[in-house]
Amino acid sequence: MSPALIIIFVVIFVSAFVGIYAGRHLKMNLENWTVGGRRFGIIIIWLLMAGEIYTTFTFLGASGWAYSKGAPAYYILIYGALAYTLSFFILPVIWRIGKRYSLHTQPDFFITVYDSRALGVLVALIGVFSIIPYLQLQLQGLGLIVEVASNGAIRSQPAILISFVLTCAFVYTSGIKGAAWVAVIKDILMLAAVLIVGFGVPAVYFGGFKNLFKELLAKVPEHMVFPGSTSNLDVLWIMSTLLITALGFYMWPHVFGSAFSAKSDRVIKRNAIIMPLYQIPILLILIVGFTALLVIPGLENGDFAFLALVNKTYPAWFMGFVGAAGAVTAMVPAAILVLFGATLVAKNIYQTGINPGAGEDKVMRLSRMMVLAIMTLSLFFALLSPIELVNLLILGYDGVSQFFPGVVFGLFWKRINKTAVIWGILTGVGIVALLIFTGNDPFYGINAGFVGLLINTVVTVILSLRTKSREVFDVG
Amino acid sequence: MKRGTKYALLCGAIPFITLVFALPLVNRIKPVVLGLPFVLFWILAWVILTPLILFIAYTLERKLNPPEEGGDD
Repeated sequence: MSPALIIIFVVIFVSAFVGIYAGRHLKMNLENWTVGGRRFGIIIIWLLMAGEIYTTFTFLGASGWAYSKGAPAYYILIYGALAYTLSFFILPVIWRIGKRYSLHTQPDFFITVYDSRALGVLVALIGVFSIIPYLQLQLQGLGLIVEVASNGAIRSQPAILISFVLTCAFVYTSGIKGAAWVAVIKDILMLAAVLIVGFGVPAVYFGGFKNLFKELLAKVPEHMVFPGSTSNLDVLWIMSTLLITALGFYMWPHVFGSAFSAKSDRVIKRNAIIMPLYQIPILLILIVGFTALLVIPGLENGDFAFLALVNKTYPAWFMGFVGAAGAVTAMVPAAILVLFGATLVAKNIYQTGINPGAGEDKVMRLSRMMVLAIMTLSLFFALLSPIELVNLLILGYDGVSQFFPGVVFGLFWKRINKTAVIWGILTGVGIVALLIFTGNDPFYGINAGFVGLLINTVVTVILSLRTKSREVFDVG
Repeated sequence: MKRGTKYALLCGAIPFITLVFALPLVNRIKPVVLGLPFVLFWILAWVILTPLILFIAYTLERKLNPPEEGGDD
């Protein structure tokens, strides 16, 4: 067994063990399993949120975009900062409602604020449909990284299978606390890998950042401003994509839901202040992509730029380290995605929609079973249909973004009501699906999700003004 | 709206103005600052300033909003 292989195996098994160990003394009810008993302080919330937001595809994708598209990749550097700014204002209010009404999930929030089970089921359905391709993407990313990092010694499929079993195990036993503990390992490894490579490769090939950029500006100046090396991702696309990703960011059911695990609204607010610091490593990842462009031009798939450059520059055992970091970087978001996906099905599709009389024990048991079901489904997709994924993910992102008017108006506007929100969401999702599947994204240079969100907002506002207002809900 | 909240919202608008709406104006290479093309320098500077801006918003909210209604504690 090569050193690279040993490192990969040790890291993923130790991570899974830590995840299982995290839940050892916990009585597993839904409150502990999905929201960690609402006890997480600022450090663990920071690590957890960073853990779920910075996924394998942030890294492969960000360096890949810097490599093949150039400047449009800057959007990856920006949108987090905007999303955290927004979260500073809305997330603490959402947390307070969650605390007061003991909410666990995003559909719970809609059910409570709008007093509508139908809306809850609708939001849960869109949530689950968006989560599955995201999960599939994590599994595939993991397989790809481990295969390349182990130099083909572990093929993609067995790597996906092993990590699938391990991730299911610690989600099943420890819930969100397991994910939070593994996130600590993930963040440390990933940060180390990014710092070493991000500072390392420009130094090795150009003697530092300054010369790297000098070379870039001399050789490929157009690559460094919008629209970079693309023809359709110009400033208008960047602006609309930034807005839709910033607004949609916290609308992902798993990101929204994990806010409930904080122990106070103060923690949430302070977390929003320090989250943008996590954007700085992304700059290093872009720099790796730019370095790769000059050192190893002509790669067919830009997503391999990071790994290919590491392979060329560092010894084989270090590739093992990067592979291990990459694997855990996929496992943490996968864990949180499947956890919330499972809770949505059990609590908000089964209990809310089909059997309101089901007791909490039953919902908890069903949630755990759903972990296996959803993971298996994603695994199935990951192994069988590894194409057209990115489109599905974009559809998912644009889909959950359509919750934004319902969430924000629900918090701050008394005229809004459930009928308006339901029609707004349906219209928004319908338009997005139509534009994407007919190949009209971007639509006249504007991100399709943004078009859907605009029309969704207009529909929501008009219907709210024309129908009678809801019972005033006190958001306190 | 409480005064603290108003000032905080004004602070919160800054990243959106600089990092979204100003982009068409700064989409150029020159002047090169710290070796970076101007657009990248601009983006980086405002991303790094965002935590500071949010910290100011947080401080203003806590200072200007009456504590019992601040809803923060």
